[in-house]
Amino acid sequence: MLKYLVPIGLFAVLFGFMYFGLGRDKQTLPSPLIGKPAPIFALPLLEDPSKTFSNSEFAGKPYVLNVWGSWCVGCRHEHGALMEIARRAEVPMIGLNWNDDREQALLWLKQLGDPYAINAFDGESRVAIDWGVYGAPETFLVGANGKVLKKHTAPITVEIWDQEFVPLLKQAAQP
Amino acid sequence: MKKILAASLLALLWFQALAIDRAPAFEDPAMQTRYERLARELRCLQCRSETIADSNAQLAVDLRRQLRELMAAGKSDAEITRYMTERYGDYVLYKPPLVPRTWLLWAAPVLLVLGGGIAAAIVISRKAKLPDTDPTDPGLGAS
Repeated sequence: MLKYLVPIGLFAVLFGFMYFGLGRDKQTLPSPLIGKPAPIFALPLLEDPSKTFSNSEFAGKPYVLNVWGSWCVGCRHEHGALMEIARRAEVPMIGLNWNDDREQALLWLKQLGDPYAINAFDGESRVAIDWGVYGAPETFLVGANGKVLKKHTAPITVEIWDQEFVPLLKQAAQP
Repeated sequence: MKKILAASLLALLWFQALAIDRAPAFEDPAMQTRYERLARELRCLQCRSETIADSNAQLAVDLRRQLRELMAAGKSDAEITRYMTERYGDYVLYKPPLVPRTWLLWAAPVLLVLGGGIAAAIVISRKAKLPDTDPTDPGLGAS
């Protein structure tokens, strides 16, 4: 009896590991920032390097921070969804233009449309590193209390927005 | 022979010098060694299976600059590690930390060797008790 139970048992364990391993997303890294205060930054504007923008100007209000660059293929994929999210105007969207070329970025917004309330230019990755960004596009939701509620890595879609972000908006509005 | 040895050693040194950045980051050799060691302990999250010392992805280049700045600012190894894990999580450490979540991971090699050893011991001791039935063995039937 034991002769059959041992291999069957081993098979079951291995099968279990592999079965659950299949469904797991190993690409997306959990952000240690969730539930913690969003890093405050001050950066020049994309449109005008002489002007500075800080996300502290949004203190007390929920906002979305979207990390993008004109070099980023995934950002082009999600741009339509960002335009739709911006059209709904549920929450303002800050753009973090990461490691980009200003002219290319401005051309991108001119050609594809501008979903952002404001765009900060992070040419040296300093703010991106503070936010734990490892691959654009990344989308953060920050609540009115200044805490990071959600992070989505990879292109966002309207479906993901509806399912994962919209349910958090009520909570995000709470001070 | 000596020449070949010397040449290969030199080549190794040259690769060592080339490994990170174009020029040494620090004039102080001790700091440079520390910098290279730390760079080899941090993962490039864009490329996953490379450290930031090995990778030239933009993120690795940026993280190396951050590392140099933190070192120049006099931060300790522990402070630098905390800086990185606060932003990127434990995954940024190339060597996973020994915490309850990773106990199985760290114990896996020992468990596998032990399990394999036990299985091998059982099989061998059983086979040793069997009569010799090798048909090519001239001594077949003798035992």
